[in-house]
Amino acid sequence: MSEEHDHHNAPPSEPAQRVKALEQLLVEKGLVNSQALDELIDTYERRIGPRNGARVIARAWTDPEYRKRLFENAAKAIEELGFPPGPQGEHMMVVENTPRTHNMVVCTLCSCYPWSVLGLPPVWYKSTAYRARAVSDPRGLLSEFGVDVGGKEIRVWDSSSEMRYLVMPERPAGSESLSEDELAELVTRDSMIGTGLPKSAARRARETNRAAK
Amino acid sequence: MNGVHDLGGMHGFGPVIREPNEPVFHSEWEQRVFAMALTAMGRRVWNVDEFRRAIECMPPARYLAATYYEKWLHALESLLLEKGAVTPEELLSGHAAAPAPAKGTGPLDGGGGDVESFDSSAVKLRFDKSFKPRFKPGDRVVARNLNPKHHTRLPRYARGKRGVIRYDQGVFIFPDTHAHGQGAKPQHVYTVAFEAKELWGADHKERASVYLDCWDNYLERAAVMPAARPAIKSAGRARMAKPAAKVRAAAGRAKKGRKR
Repeated sequence: MSEEHDHHNAPPSEPAQRVKALEQLLVEKGLVNSQALDELIDTYERRIGPRNGARVIARAWTDPEYRKRLFENAAKAIEELGFPPGPQGEHMMVVENTPRTHNMVVCTLCSCYPWSVLGLPPVWYKSTAYRARAVSDPRGLLSEFGVDVGGKEIRVWDSSSEMRYLVMPERPAGSESLSEDELAELVTRDSMIGTGLPKSAARRARETNRAAK
Repeated sequence: MNGVHDLGGMHGFGPVIREPNEPVFHSEWEQRVFAMALTAMGRRVWNVDEFRRAIECMPPARYLAATYYEKWLHALESLLLEKGAVTPEELLSGHAAAPAPAKGTGPLDGGGGDVESFDSSAVKLRFDKSFKPRFKPGDRVVARNLNPKHHTRLPRYARGKRGVIRYDQGVFIFPDTHAHGQGAKPQHVYTVAFEAKELWGADHKERASVYLDCWDNYLERAAVMPAARPAIKSAGRARMAKPAAKVRAAAGRAKKGRKR
């Protein structure tokens, strides 16, 4: 793993030079426009990410009508909040965690992930280790991640088709008085993949206090 | 293809290592590769199934050693060559040997407008018009034991295993043909639930299942429904095939509906 993250001190790597030449060539060919590439990159670095998904979950926790629409047609309900489907978000299904069921998402064959609501996947989601183990040892993997789902049935969604899955975590106990914006702060990326749980209301309060100091 | 990319259930890759506060990209070249590959897809130079196929065709040792965007770079270069959009000499030099073709005539013009636009219809792989599904929620199925040399989205761990249809997700393009320029062959995709003990053996008693999306071509109807029999005295007898009509009638009694 470490060689993936040592770019800062290393001299320009071989792929860096290949990619530079490739972009120059494709610009000359009229296939790509460097400014358009900049815009795409900016979109995925700044505008599309797990905050989008958190808004969706928080709205569904507080608005029963929205929740109904989200289960009926997820992509449409997500677009209602201003998040267009785009690539890897056209065909969405939201799967709900309950006191009896815990859902978790993987793509064993490649790296399918709901971009429109979670942004681009983290390296670990695309790693051989996660892809190999999520389907055969979900409970062991969750426990390594510090997640205890007790005796719940675990459903592992292997994203082999163009369907993309978003986990709706259970609304944490003690969050009754929080507003929709505050609830969105509890919804972590991993809780929407199913490899984590939402933050508790108490943890959010502690973090807010620290940030204020 | 029975490739190294088909990782589900493999051992030996160690723990899952997570990077705290991970950035979206780890270097500038990763950003450029991502954006170039997405643009080419948006312009229909190739489709997503061809892109996946190109990654799976990496030599296994290189696949395992490569970082994620190194795999994308490999697919990007190999598809540009395959589609005749660039030559090997151009890839090396970084310069076009000939001027860009006029709009609408060259291999790069997939019918998608300006280079600035991302044609989101290029990623729409579900068909709006439907046709009669072969299965319905509750039906018991077996994933076929297929070992094609071509691209497929049926992972090895599910082949020959029994499951239950949970959802009919609608009609989608068939990746096995779409990845090879052999047509869309649209068909229903079903989410099939496979129990852990069916996939991984009787010692996997934990309450877990894998929900896998399977194209119609990957499935056949299960001949018997062992779980529907409370006590099986003779396993041999229980496995005998039932008349099809009886199976259909029994499947109809099984649970229906899109429960989540």
